[in-house]
Amino acid sequence: MSNRAKVQEIEDVVVKFVGDSGDGMQLTGTLFSDAAVKAGNDMATFPDFPAEIRAPLNTVAGVSGFQVHIGSSKIHTSGDYCDVLVAMNPASLKANLKWVKPGATIIVDIDTFEEKAFAKAGYDSNPLDNGSLDSYYILKAPVSSMTKAALTDLPVDTKMADKTRNMFALGLMLYIFNRQLEPTIKYINNKFGKNLPVLEANVAVLNAGYNYADTIEALPSIYNIAPAVIEKGKYRNITGNIAAAWGLLAASERSARPLFLGSYPITPATDIMIELARHKSLGAKVFQAEDEIAGICSSLGASFAGSLAVTTTSGPGLSLKSEAIGLAVITELPIVIIDVQRAGPSTGMPTKSEQADLYQALFGRNGECPTVVMAASSPADCFYAAFEAAKIAMEHMTPVLLLSDGYIANGSQLFKIPKVADLPEIHPPIAKPNDPNYKPFRRDPETFVRQWAFPGTEGLRHRVGGLEKENGIGTVSTDPNNHQLMVDMREAKVQKVSEYIADQKIIGENEGDLLIVSWGGTLGAMTSAVDTLQKEGKSVSLAHFKHIMPLPKNTANVLKGFKKILVCELNSGQFVNYLRMKHHEHSYFQYNKVQGLPFMVSDLIAKFNQMLNEK
Amino acid sequence: MNNQYTITNLTVEKSETPLSKDDFVSDQMVRWCPGCGSHAILNSVEAVFPKIGYKKENFMIVSGIGCSSRFPYYVNTYGFHGIHGRASAIATGVKLANPGLSVWIATGDGDSMAIGGNHFIHLIRRNVDVNLLLFNNQIYGLTKGQYSPTSPMGTVTKTSPQGTIEHPFNPGELVIGSQGTFFARVIDSNQKMMTEVMFESARHDGTSVIEILQNCIIFADKTHAMVTSKELRDDRQLHLEDGKPMLFGKDKTKGIRLNGTHLEAVTIGVDGITEKDILVHDQYRADPGIHLMLSKMSPPELPVALGVIRSARFSTYDDLVEEQIHYAKANSKIKCVDDLLNSGDTFTIE
Ligand code: SF4
Repeated sequence: MSNRAKVQEIEDVVVKFVGDSGDGMQLTGTLFSDAAVKAGNDMATFPDFPAEIRAPLNTVAGVSGFQVHIGSSKIHTSGDYCDVLVAMNPASLKANLKWVKPGATIIVDIDTFEEKAFAKAGYDSNPLDNGSLDSYYILKAPVSSMTKAALTDLPVDTKMADKTRNMFALGLMLYIFNRQLEPTIKYINNKFGKNLPVLEANVAVLNAGYNYADTIEALPSIYNIAPAVIEKGKYRNITGNIAAAWGLLAASERSARPLFLGSYPITPATDIMIELARHKSLGAKVFQAEDEIAGICSSLGASFAGSLAVTTTSGPGLSLKSEAIGLAVITELPIVIIDVQRAGPSTGMPTKSEQADLYQALFGRNGECPTVVMAASSPADCFYAAFEAAKIAMEHMTPVLLLSDGYIANGSQLFKIPKVADLPEIHPPIAKPNDPNYKPFRRDPETFVRQWAFPGTEGLRHRVGGLEKENGIGTVSTDPNNHQLMVDMREAKVQKVSEYIADQKIIGENEGDLLIVSWGGTLGAMTSAVDTLQKEGKSVSLAHFKHIMPLPKNTANVLKGFKKILVCELNSGQFVNYLRMKHHEHSYFQYNKVQGLPFMVSDLIAKFNQMLNEK
Repeated sequence: MNNQYTITNLTVEKSETPLSKDDFVSDQMVRWCPGCGSHAILNSVEAVFPKIGYKKENFMIVSGIGCSSRFPYYVNTYGFHGIHGRASAIATGVKLANPGLSVWIATGDGDSMAIGGNHFIHLIRRNVDVNLLLFNNQIYGLTKGQYSPTSPMGTVTKTSPQGTIEHPFNPGELVIGSQGTFFARVIDSNQKMMTEVMFESARHDGTSVIEILQNCIIFADKTHAMVTSKELRDDRQLHLEDGKPMLFGKDKTKGIRLNGTHLEAVTIGVDGITEKDILVHDQYRADPGIHLMLSKMSPPELPVALGVIRSARFSTYDDLVEEQIHYAKANSKIKCVDDLLNSGDTFTIE
């Protein structure tokens, strides 16, 4: 560490690494956040992928980014705007300038700022020279040429310079944020250990970037972010999709029911399937079906045969699964359906996130067709939400629709590693062999739940199917009163789940001027905004819902203590209308955004203040 | 008594006591029309299940929608009456979740070849070890008589008052084109052959498709009469037996020979033809060329091939799934979810 640079303490910083798809920005961002985590900071990240897999080189369409928010206090979101932008080419600068705070630092690879690249990026002239960036602090680092220079004595080809440029940028940033290089070098060792020339090249360039920053004293000072006060324990960094996959595996182990995933690739849900396919050693069977329908139908078959059955998808896929969800409802078989929401309708914007599948989850089927609907709140919460979805599905013999979204699915945050033995127990209502009283639709008088009898079990042969069945004995029935009874039973069974889930929490006082209501993947932004206002002494509380159908049983109590209720969601008002239906005694204000983007904390604060100020 | 025997590498629970038809007769009223060909299929299934050797709780019948798909209600096994076209997908999940089951799909030409066409071909391509009974009556019965993907061109139905203008599927061709390992064709009225073929299908490892030429007495009566009628059947049915020459006709004087690149019906004794010229059936042959030609044979030039046309041995999807899991369990360091949670890059905050 240099003795020359001043060290300035800061509380948090948002850094965004941007470059062409091939520039390794995801890895750079991940390594930068890992270094922060190892130094004790809290953090949240979000990758910003281009829509195209291989867009033309150095164009705006091909820009890939990775945003990291690190701090010495609790970090709830990956940040609205960045304090530091690292731009590896002109196109990435052009695409991201709107996300940079005024006065922020922009670090560019000056070697890439040349005529040809301006044209490709859509710049008329060099943006660094024409005064358009005067309000920022620009560091023009010769990343490409210094990388080449660092590699001259090593036995690697010229292509290696392109592949390791990101390490130069990383080294530079690690210096600026007062980090040690060791954890990063250890990572590179693990990754490239088998390929010595590549390993040496990466380390050499990383060091070059670090030393360059030290030597030129490019910034007036370097920054230090003190370790956050984080609960003691063992942690890891986790994305929502990985967390969901692991939550399912944990539920499988806890319930002793083997995991079966029938699924079809779809952005942004595919990573759950990819992750589960890696864990056959835990007995997970992953079936990549021929389409979305076969995904859920194979899962339902596996559910009948006694597996913890899961299917994963995104909005358009959920539409295709509708009929089969109805089949799960009428057969009263457990299945977890995870919908990682993306911007719709139809194909919409697959790489962008929103919360607009709630109506579909609640109502998108024929007939009276209730299912449990839940929503995960954050990347790490995807673990617990998936676990709970599986627990509810099996214990209550019902489909459970778990809503995630592209933002939390791909975003990452610190995850305190739990012990499986500390997770709740799961007790599926499995029928006993040769039980003389077994009837396929005989129900538990408390929960209205029927028993689960797998093929192979002696003495319990029975049939289920899409035709209405007689309550109890389970034969096909078209009796009008029986149909009414079964419709009521299926509804009552789902409503009963409210007695087995946690009460709705309020963050803040139980009464006051303003209650903010939100659900699903917006928890981070909501918490940040509400936290800020609460610290200013404003009378605002937050109720962030994880259980939607049924709502927690204290919901009426939660809603009643406030002068105003503002429901915020990334759709045109689906949850607010659901509340208007279920708890019509209140009037609700709503705040919506449907741009394929998360809420900005600053926008939320402005909106909340406006609500508080208006009489 | 050793009550376990092995199919490939999977151990199956065998019934300890001999079973009989009564073990599978359901208490539900069978609601097919009197005279419907489906009754004979039900009889055959009840006759063959006790012979297969699995314990009775290890049979599972899955169906889609249509007249055929009422089947699970009429047999006393575990059963899943699914939704239209999806029986193959449901059955795949059942079999993968519990490979020890004998899984049977009851489906029709509309269910499997129209709305469920995608699942049908992929089930076959993967070679999941299930048995599929394809009730081919060339019509939609349950919706009261619309043409199906197997209705011959020109068929007049309620939705084709001037006759259909579509080329029908030949199920055998579709099965073999989908990499099928087992295909048989039977007639609903020949219960002896149907039972034998079902038994062979149960013994086959992989997806076994049995096309049953089933008569819908209400909406497509005598649709298969060109093949099944008393007057025509001797000349229009070729009963295949493995290792036997392909002879047909009242006195078995006619036969099939390969002439260049196509099959040809010939008469023994005419033009110097002897039995040596007649093709000998090899149902186990891996190459599907002759099997494909056999499935495509149709009158009047050629008889319709009946019996087991193809029964080739290839690895099954469900076996390979188990194998991969077995391998992963033996070789992965991750033995439980706690191992997983603590694997890779973790750090401790003191
Ligand atoms: S409509 Fe036809 S196929 Fe259906 S039960 Fe009646 S005869 Fe059989």
